[in-house]
Amino acid sequence: MIKVALIGAGKMGISHLSILGAHPDVEVVGVADTSKIVSDVLEKYSPFKTFSDYKKMMQQVNPAAVFVSVPTKFHASIVNELLQMGKHVFVEKPFCLKVDDGVVLERMAKDKNLVNQVGYHNKFIGTFEEVKRLVSEGFIGEVNHFTGEAYGPVVIKRKQGTWRADPEEGGGCLMDYASHVIDLLNYLVSPIRKVHGALLKPIYSDTVEDAVYALVETENNISGVLSVNWSEETYRKMSTSVSITGSKGKIISDASELKVYFKNADCPAGYSKGWNIKYVTELTQDVDFYLRGEEYSAQVDYFIKAIQGKVPNNKNTFESALITDQLIAQIKNNKNK
Amino acid sequence: MERILFGDNQFFAVNHISDEKSRAQSIKFKEDKTILDTIDIAREAGVETFMCTTHDRIINICEMVRAQPDKYKQFSIYPCMPYAHKYANAVTELGILGTIKQYVPGNFFGSIFKGGMAMVSKDYISIMELLIDAEMKMFKKINTPVIFLQNVITDLLLGLDMKDILKAFHDYVKKKYDAEPAFITMNMPKLLDVLECAGIENPIICSSINKAGFRMSGGMAVYEETLRTRKLRAIAMQVLGGGAIPAREAIEYVCSLPNVESILFGASSRQNISQTVSLIHEFDKKYSNSGMVSA
Repeated sequence: MIKVALIGAGKMGISHLSILGAHPDVEVVGVADTSKIVSDVLEKYSPFKTFSDYKKMMQQVNPAAVFVSVPTKFHASIVNELLQMGKHVFVEKPFCLKVDDGVVLERMAKDKNLVNQVGYHNKFIGTFEEVKRLVSEGFIGEVNHFTGEAYGPVVIKRKQGTWRADPEEGGGCLMDYASHVIDLLNYLVSPIRKVHGALLKPIYSDTVEDAVYALVETENNISGVLSVNWSEETYRKMSTSVSITGSKGKIISDASELKVYFKNADCPAGYSKGWNIKYVTELTQDVDFYLRGEEYSAQVDYFIKAIQGKVPNNKNTFESALITDQLIAQIKNNKNK
Repeated sequence: MERILFGDNQFFAVNHISDEKSRAQSIKFKEDKTILDTIDIAREAGVETFMCTTHDRIINICEMVRAQPDKYKQFSIYPCMPYAHKYANAVTELGILGTIKQYVPGNFFGSIFKGGMAMVSKDYISIMELLIDAEMKMFKKINTPVIFLQNVITDLLLGLDMKDILKAFHDYVKKKYDAEPAFITMNMPKLLDVLECAGIENPIICSSINKAGFRMSGGMAVYEETLRTRKLRAIAMQVLGGGAIPAREAIEYVCSLPNVESILFGASSRQNISQTVSLIHEFDKKYSNSGMVSA
């Protein structure tokens, strides 16, 4: 059994906690949340030991690993403390508000040989995993261009006062929404390193951007376009999609449907020349416990398996999330030039 | 319960395999009247039960149903609550306390707040009961013999091992609404264990059951074993595996299983509705194991 604690039982935290609670190889030894109502409910109705102060929790329980799902501005200091204590860490996305902080944490986790993972769950979705396979095994040839898009109804009217409207707290469409797209493309194509131009547009918010449009380029000179807008009420929930054009074919994929075009008959088993459609239902790996989507269980399971040494710690590492943070910083610097 | 239940995903642009199809659906069902017309087509095919989320648009559907009591005499609705997106968005916007304040009706919240947090902390179950009442308001005077807890909440509570809350939902639905409490889940075998542990016997559980094994967490074998050997009133949903299985094959599989009391399906066209209904009848005859009277 791996002993796990969780800091921050908000929307993502409570979902991680439920998945951890159902995991056969995990013993949840403590949960910390500063909200009285959250810790009260957990204390009263769940079997978990709850704390209002994570420092106290860390003194009293001795987890091997900790899930950190607190507001982004607290990631750096809390993760730092946990690594100092020698804990394996799973932290929610985005990784850090400041690139310098991320650099320190990435180094520290490596030096101490601790398992580290960031919650970019798209990499655990069946369709995107298949895109990764098709691209990396060269089935669509040399990639020359990509687009990455995400739309959803987060801010669909004028409002203020939440962390989402505070750039100091990781609010804004770039940190919260575009980070997913950037991180996914870094993984599917290759790390994006250059920003040729970016527009960060407010739509309803006064203090942060609600849309991000950018022209970018990867380290191996593949061009791409990012179009991300969280003030899109025509979507029921967040919808992330990519299209990747190569010399031998083209891929269009979202979380549920993968469309691939092959220019000739030289394509992988199960596909043929021309257009092919695959659905997530046939690409999804079963999970033992389902909540909100297979990918959420799969990423938690992967982290636990990495601690057990059953899989390599090479998916959603601090290192890969840091590359995403770096591009976010570049887009901020490039904005509206 | 009726053998065949008509679902609502198609009306609210919930399609598990295609965003494009979702968009086409939301265009098709833009008017509430179109939704009711489609429900009527299902009724003509003998399916008199509509199982639906407590989506805001159901308020209008219920009003139209109430306006024609004779036409909808046989009709019943199985509400599934809560409509999770509504609360998730509210929590993001207003926080947990703000959300409770927004959705708990009347002055109850103000009055307990005067008593301070200590008072609140003792009364979470009452808050849940008030939220159930708020969700049930739209179904006034409509026959709702079975009331479901949605899978996001059921499964969240399941993972958190909050048996008492599942039990409290169960007890309140029975007591206040004189209805059968029921649970939707993506983790049927696990949920059954926990419900039994909480003292709930022979529960109504609606879960994915399909030939592709799609969303049958823990694997098909455990599900089939549970149906064969345990005591529960199972409803099969996602029987087409999100569209991955041809209809005929899909329905034959579900009809051949023991102990599946009802089958839930959704469809938008007359042709798909009547095809699915007649396939269920056909394979029920072949396996005649449900013991239920088909509609």
